[in-house]
Amino acid sequence: MATVPSAALPAVPRGQAGPVPAEEQYVTFTVGTEEYGVNILSVREIRGWTPETKLPNMPDYVRGVGNLRGIIIPIFDLRARFGGGQTEVTKRHVVVVLQVGERTRGILVDAISDILTVAHDAVKPPPDIDSGLIDQQYLSGLVTAENRMVTLLDVTRLFAGDAVEELSSHHIQIPRQAQA
Amino acid sequence: MAGAHLDDLDRFKATYFDECAELLAVAEAGLLRLSPQNIDLDEINAVFRAVHSIKGGGGTFGFSQLVAFTHEFEAVMDRLRSQQIGVTTELVDVLIQANDVMARLLTCARDGLPVPAGLADASASDLKRFLRKDASGSAAPAAAPRPPAARKAPPAGALRSFVIYFMPKSDLLLSGNEPAFLLRALKRLGQAEVVCDMGRVPPLFELDGESLYLFWQIALTGTTDEAAIRDVFEFVVDDCQVDIAETTGPADGGEEEAFGLFAENLPYVPPGQLTVYEAGAVEGAQAAPARPEGGAGSGTFGGGGGGGGLGGHTIRVDLDKVDRLVNLVGEMVITQAMISEQLRDVPPGTLQQLVEGLEELSRHTRELQESVMAIRAQQVRSVFSRMPRLVREVAAQTGKEVMLATSGETTEVDKTVVENLVDPLTHMIRNSIDHGLETPDERETVGKPRSGTVHLSAQHRSGRIVIEVADDGRGINRQRVLQKAVEQGLVPAGAGLSDEEIDNLIFLPGFSTADAVSAISGRGVGMDVVRRNIASLGGRIGVHSTPGVGTRFVLSLPLTLAVLDGMVISVGEQRFVLPLTNIIESLRPRKSDLQSVANQCDVIMARGEYVRLVYVDRLFRIDGAIGDPTRGLVVLVETEEGGRLGLVVDEVLGQQQVVIKSLESNFQRLDGVSAATILGDGRVALILDVAGLQSMSRHTHTRAVPAAALPAA
Repeated sequence: MATVPSAALPAVPRGQAGPVPAEEQYVTFTVGTEEYGVNILSVREIRGWTPETKLPNMPDYVRGVGNLRGIIIPIFDLRARFGGGQTEVTKRHVVVVLQVGERTRGILVDAISDILTVAHDAVKPPPDIDSGLIDQQYLSGLVTAENRMVTLLDVTRLFAGDAVEELSSHHIQIPRQAQA
Repeated sequence: MAGAHLDDLDRFKATYFDECAELLAVAEAGLLRLSPQNIDLDEINAVFRAVHSIKGGGGTFGFSQLVAFTHEFEAVMDRLRSQQIGVTTELVDVLIQANDVMARLLTCARDGLPVPAGLADASASDLKRFLRKDASGSAAPAAAPRPPAARKAPPAGALRSFVIYFMPKSDLLLSGNEPAFLLRALKRLGQAEVVCDMGRVPPLFELDGESLYLFWQIALTGTTDEAAIRDVFEFVVDDCQVDIAETTGPADGGEEEAFGLFAENLPYVPPGQLTVYEAGAVEGAQAAPARPEGGAGSGTFGGGGGGGGLGGHTIRVDLDKVDRLVNLVGEMVITQAMISEQLRDVPPGTLQQLVEGLEELSRHTRELQESVMAIRAQQVRSVFSRMPRLVREVAAQTGKEVMLATSGETTEVDKTVVENLVDPLTHMIRNSIDHGLETPDERETVGKPRSGTVHLSAQHRSGRIVIEVADDGRGINRQRVLQKAVEQGLVPAGAGLSDEEIDNLIFLPGFSTADAVSAISGRGVGMDVVRRNIASLGGRIGVHSTPGVGTRFVLSLPLTLAVLDGMVISVGEQRFVLPLTNIIESLRPRKSDLQSVANQCDVIMARGEYVRLVYVDRLFRIDGAIGDPTRGLVVLVETEEGGRLGLVVDEVLGQQQVVIKSLESNFQRLDGVSAATILGDGRVALILDVAGLQSMSRHTHTRAVPAAALPAA
């Protein structure tokens, strides 16, 4: 609900029935020198880093699973997701717990920085990135906040289940040979 | 606003269909028990009410075809209950068929599908036939062994007798009601004999002066009717249970024996009281029903009377809510364990109150956990009650005479287990009737009663539920089983197998003794599927057979799928849980016990078999593990299908009961992992899936192993 269809990327008001709020709030956080934002409505909570349980045969951005009060949630390393290698975790790292549709997932980031209120017309479309490392589908736009640039993420697309599964099956190269 | 309205409507509809599913089951169960020899007016009434409720709801939502059909159905049931038509086998068949049609109409209504043309026609015209018969007056109550008087419009001024059970809740007095007034009001309706049941009165020192501990049974005879009696209780309906039964003609005896079902179905009525309705019923005026014998001390009159066996009060809850509760409690247990752990480091004597408080808390937590798990518990009745239908069908298909006896229907198991029981039980009962039981003629020649018996039972035994399907048929024909198994290449010819081993051959995949494929069996989907289903529930199945006497299948299942007995193992820094049912033993092999096969995989000689080793660290890419079976450990495991593996792990840490948590609900399925759990320190541990590990290891390790080198699994 809070996300923007990629075909009609930002700036374009969502042509749905009902009034479109003129502005939305984003929780922003840093990964390295970059600042990212996710819609505040999808943020369930922010918690300190606790050691995760690793999962077998997963791409490096899947850190593992953690225990969120009895629910098992996967934790993704945003730095690794964007090709920056796995984060060296310290006590100061945080996990942003997101509600993505029916699923609850965590993303590991360096630090929370702010809560931004962004007017719709302030969101600029993302540039044409074609690096192969990062799919611009994950990005819903760019905004400027006090001279900083914040990249808005589309959490639904970032964690589209098939993307992970596709990658993981690439990861395990299992030669399938007929048994005698 | 329109949207919200629609949501509400959808919710109501969903509730309606939920209820219909239950009502259908009630109707079917009632109809299946109905026969000319077995007429139970309460049961007929229950079926009538079920059909009536389905019709009513259907009307509300505008399912016109459903309503039109159920109207006919209801009309026939109405004639039946007012004894304007008698019970015949034909009528029962028509009614059962009508119930099926009603079910299909409901499915169409629920899924928004058009009703197939002609779906209800045949059944509706059958039903109408019974209505016509009645209208022409030709059908006298043929088989009903009771006077056609009583309930059918009693002449004005006739005396009628009722037994009323008045079971107020203990807080009735708090709402300002006075039972004595109610009883007095009843007396005004006719001649009443009031019996007070004091079985619930506690010892004096526990007595709460503001609570009401009494129940009453009132035998009322007068020129009144049920509605008038209900009116008396109008202001207390929410605070009490009132069962009213009219003591008309005696109900036909014998139903308790017939299927063994009847008595089970009225769980809260001690047999002594049950007879009140039947034996104590005398038509006419002076009927003063017998007092309940032997029931006075039990304290519960129960809902056996007119209420169709509704015991206690229930509430319909969304399963998600219960699951959330189960989760939270599980988490609380873990947190509590964590705190206890940390408190152990506190010097003795300090914080004494905290320690005591924590002990108290842990008791409460445990109790809470048990109560929460109990919410999910369900009686196996819901599965067992489907079986009479099946037996009836299979008996008809095979031309055999079968009686189904059931016991232990009130045994409680977790909902998920109950749901997963249907398929295996269906298969086993079919199997028992088709393969186990002889034809009536065969039975006669060997001196058995013509009708065979299949006994379905459930009971709790040492933390598991044991379900048995036993028949008194011919037993397993071992010679034939062995011969077939050899023919199908499942067993080498000349293998000296014990009787027990031969019996167990029927669980082999692909095994079938049937020469021809019939509608019932012989399709190659056999007991192996049953075994796999049972295994996937963490259960086991065994068979015991005596030639000429019968066969008994014994199923043993965990009470819940929410917890699992596991062994915690470590590989490198990581810990895993291995289901205990899979584990045979763990051992540390010597170098000489290990062999390499074609340089591709390692095998270990264990219990006379070469078992392939699976290095969990390599399979899962875990750094820092020992990875050497002579320094670590080999855990010998067995898959559900019987294959064996030796898992190479670092260490076995100990046995533990774990709460199973889904990985998929927030993430995805993983190869070699069935689920996850949370250990005492709050960390997540993965639960290993042995069958999955086996297929993974096949793909990674044994690239070119000739089949001959592998031990026959």
